[in-house]
Amino acid sequence: MNEFKISMPARYIINSILLAAFIVAGLLITQSGLLGRAQNANIISVGIFIILAVSLNLPTGYLGQLPLGHAGFMAIGAYAGAIFWRADLLPQNASIVAGLLVAGLAAAFVGVLIGIPALRLKGDYLAIITLGFGEIIRVIINNFDSITGGARGLHGIPRYSSFVIVYLCVIICCVAIHMLMKSRHGRAILSIRENEIAAESCGINTTYYKVMAFAFSAFFAGVAGALFAGNIGILVPGEFDFMTSINILMIVVLGGMGSMAGAVFAASILTSLPLFMVALNEYRMIIYALMLIIVMLFKPSGLLGTYDFSLSRLLEKLIRRLAGKKGGADNA
Amino acid sequence: MLKVENMNVYYGNIHAIKDISFEVAEGEIVTLIGANGAGKSTILKTISGLLRSKTGSITFKNDAIDHTVSHAIVKRGLAHVPEGRRVFLQMSVQENLEMGNYTQQKSTMHERMEDVYAHFPRLKERRKQVAGTLSGGEQQMLAMGRALMSQPKLLMLDEPSMGLAPLLVEHIFEIIEELHNSGVTILLVEQNANMALTVADRGYVLETGRITLTDDAKALLANDAVRKAYLGG
Repeated sequence: MNEFKISMPARYIINSILLAAFIVAGLLITQSGLLGRAQNANIISVGIFIILAVSLNLPTGYLGQLPLGHAGFMAIGAYAGAIFWRADLLPQNASIVAGLLVAGLAAAFVGVLIGIPALRLKGDYLAIITLGFGEIIRVIINNFDSITGGARGLHGIPRYSSFVIVYLCVIICCVAIHMLMKSRHGRAILSIRENEIAAESCGINTTYYKVMAFAFSAFFAGVAGALFAGNIGILVPGEFDFMTSINILMIVVLGGMGSMAGAVFAASILTSLPLFMVALNEYRMIIYALMLIIVMLFKPSGLLGTYDFSLSRLLEKLIRRLAGKKGGADNA
Repeated sequence: MLKVENMNVYYGNIHAIKDISFEVAEGEIVTLIGANGAGKSTILKTISGLLRSKTGSITFKNDAIDHTVSHAIVKRGLAHVPEGRRVFLQMSVQENLEMGNYTQQKSTMHERMEDVYAHFPRLKERRKQVAGTLSGGEQQMLAMGRALMSQPKLLMLDEPSMGLAPLLVEHIFEIIEELHNSGVTILLVEQNANMALTVADRGYVLETGRITLTDDAKALLANDAVRKAYLGG
């Protein structure tokens, strides 16, 4: 009885039903007018930051590197998506999907270009070089007035980032990264984090996997960037500065490096925090910093460590416990 | 099987390996002995593609491999067990072995894993255990077992006895002989010259990047200069 397991197809069905229910429920809540404008906007931001945190978790948590230029990839996706949407080439629904793909692919392409030279370095060197690249991307966007609007900003971006679009992207991002990490490629990525020399001696092409993880991460950062553009409708390069990269990294560290559930959890909390602290707004950054220090002192591996939530595992445990109780009662 | 000619390796300005040539024939155990910093590990790293030689050539099974990337070298049947028991500490024993199977077919993985367990029954007992909780000797066994998963023709062992208790050192060397008897060619790098020369067929003595002496292992064991320098008189 202790060996009770939910079969794989059943797991897929349970998870799919729950995700569908989540989308419908969210849609009903956001459409019903129960929440104010600020709350609705916050729900969208939470989704965008979940994608950013989960995608940054791939190179930091799973691959064990420390890139600091995530906002740069977000910027590329934001501008690529916004320019594509403004051009209005396709009917609306097709345009949304194509724009997100364009945004992701543009960011992934730049990710590969930057990744090939940058990933030859490790640790703090990689952090500094990616920080530099992130800033370069921002400066280039700032000076390309004719295409990006420069410092005046890019206006009139269609507001495509509805609840359904954003959270479908969140689900796709989480599922894709989860499946990648469960595959043979995911194992290879984890082995590089564990011990790069041993990975190399197992015959793993470490450069390839590093660049691959980097590109995957950049892709979803780009998608998040486009959603960001479609949420606020105006883009200014200042949004994508170094502090944004640090904020995303902070979410990942706080949630627990290498834990997707942690990234989702921390992104939800940190992004919603300002909403609940309107009165304390001036002290927001101080509270952030204190929170980070406290978590690092008492739980250095982050709130959830490397723990990953599995609904099926939880259900299995619950059913086993119930069954165990019943068995005990029968014996008595 | 393996032929190294005129290897010259530099770390920046430091000339670490000076014009070294040697050979390993099929079925042999060959050992490179020498003190700390003589360049033993550097040679193995260069053969497995982690470092590059400025000159000369490395041939493995009649193919030049001096420009091949390291993961492709593993695929050709040349496995390197790096110094210091580099196992994946947070993975279980079994997962470590699965990583060793990376270049190989999945369909025959379990057969080969059973082979490895036959050589290292201790690993089988602990197959669900996380590698970080194994003892030093067990981690060394795991590193060797992982390398065996890639079905190597030539196994390069870098200091397998390092940091192990004498009893375990003997055990590891018994396993090396056992592997050799099952048909694996072995290139062994050791500071423990006594043990290495006892199991080896031939040996090379390395001093600050140069090969100063080469002979049959038995002759080296009897050689006065070697006894004085490496075997404690």
